[in-house]
Amino acid sequence: MSGAEAADPVAAAIARAFRDERAIVLATLIRQAGDFQLAEDAVQDAFEAAVTVWRRDGVPANPGAWITTAARRRAIDRLRRDRSVADRAGRLAELKRLDAQEEPSMDDESAIVDDRLRLIFTCCHPALELPARVALTLRALGGLTTGEIARAFLVAEPTMGKRIVRAKRKIADANIPYRVPADEELPDRLRGVLRVVYLIFNEGYAAAEGDRLVRGELCDEAIRLAELLCLLMPDDAEVWGLSALMLLHDARRAARVDASGRYVALDAQDRALWDHGRIREGLRRLERAVRLRRPGEYQLQAAITALQIQAPNEESTDWAQIAELYGALGALNPSPVVELNRAVAVGLASGAAAGLELLEPLLADQALERYQPLHAAHAELLSRAGDAEAAGRAYRRAIALTANAVEREELERRLSALR
Amino acid sequence: MSQYMLLVYEEEVGPAEQAEREKVTPALLELHASLREAGLLVGVQRLRSTESATSVREREGQTEITDGPFAVTKEVLAGYYVLECADLDEALKQAARLPMAPWATIEVRPIMPADEWLDTARRAGVDLSDEDVRNLA
Repeated sequence: MSGAEAADPVAAAIARAFRDERAIVLATLIRQAGDFQLAEDAVQDAFEAAVTVWRRDGVPANPGAWITTAARRRAIDRLRRDRSVADRAGRLAELKRLDAQEEPSMDDESAIVDDRLRLIFTCCHPALELPARVALTLRALGGLTTGEIARAFLVAEPTMGKRIVRAKRKIADANIPYRVPADEELPDRLRGVLRVVYLIFNEGYAAAEGDRLVRGELCDEAIRLAELLCLLMPDDAEVWGLSALMLLHDARRAARVDASGRYVALDAQDRALWDHGRIREGLRRLERAVRLRRPGEYQLQAAITALQIQAPNEESTDWAQIAELYGALGALNPSPVVELNRAVAVGLASGAAAGLELLEPLLADQALERYQPLHAAHAELLSRAGDAEAAGRAYRRAIALTANAVEREELERRLSALR
Repeated sequence: MSQYMLLVYEEEVGPAEQAEREKVTPALLELHASLREAGLLVGVQRLRSTESATSVREREGQTEITDGPFAVTKEVLAGYYVLECADLDEALKQAARLPMAPWATIEVRPIMPADEWLDTARRAGVDLSDEDVRNLA
């Protein structure tokens, strides 16, 4: 992009304004106009107008203020035509009053901050279906187009478009409020917001399916959203915890997959490929979270990840501490996945026998019979305990359950290495 | 302010279990009083069991009358509230307060305001007099 930027300064200025100002302008205009769709259309109009006007008259001194004014005027035009908006007369009067102000009427800093926070909570409202929350958040707060979101989630663009339109219509029709939830609802609702952000990240970070560039963008968007939340809600420990967790994972993005697209386990990763700046930032954010003294699942996961990547190799990793953190995570949020990870950590810290003992109840659980990672971990611990025969059986069970070629290859390699 | 209809769906149960459910009545009375006091309650009705329901439809000029509710499902419409709330969050909060929420499903539906109904019809090309407007809702 930098080459093109130098060649076309107007396009570059518009791209920059889109990236830096769009969410701020949109968030404020949604509040003022009282309608999500109308505000979004007006902001879109303003950016389209910028292409023509900035080319003709040059890039304005304050592009953000220009976009704000243009979007507000487009919103006034649209409100005059659109009779379906609730309290249309009141909205129009307010917008016209703002437009008549002499100052380039940017609201003060705190109002802008509040608007973006309002927008996040509206986009992540539990009355919207989860895929719509994800799409709407990316569309409104990230700069992704409907087409990009559709490609990232492997659905057809019209399907994604319909999902977003439907969500915006529900916000208007059901009168989903545009505000930061009251104190008693806030913890629950914030957890919902963090879940959406983490889901966006994982969608980008998981599987090698789909367009890899767009998937990297999803990780970046999730990290940016978490940074915004850190800025807007600096007293919440889990917000910092999630931000740290994603930075620590993302720092290893380049090392996770080898040249042929194969997954590389943590211990085998080329550490020179890690983004050490991101790791430092992740650790700094984790420290900030821990200082708030309100532990939570994201902080615990970030702490586990931090211990794993700070140790120079598997042998010198503090597995006892990791096992303890998994214990705390399981107490907060009991799940077989966490219990499995704890068993593996215990196995590495205090010997395979101790780990195998913790696996017993999981292996007896009918619901986990077809859970591949359980059998792979079982095989690994049996192998470490010196029971090659039982380990072989467990590896074959895991191989039979895996649908992923890379995973199967790795399991087969381990199976044939048994003796 | 918006109006919401809270539709209470529940499984129809035998007499013993129903008698158990009736025990929420004092809590219900208290809730209704507090909703009324807060100016939220527009209306509330309890429906008789679906055994007494009759479904009617007009098909090809014929009136078809069927014994039973619109759809035979496990959970049936047992009653409804109309509440006047500031926004959806308020309506959801009130729905969760209903003492039957532990066993029922409460569907919260925004009610279309009369003027929007009118607008929708007019946009579709329907010519409506002031008299019609008064009769619509």
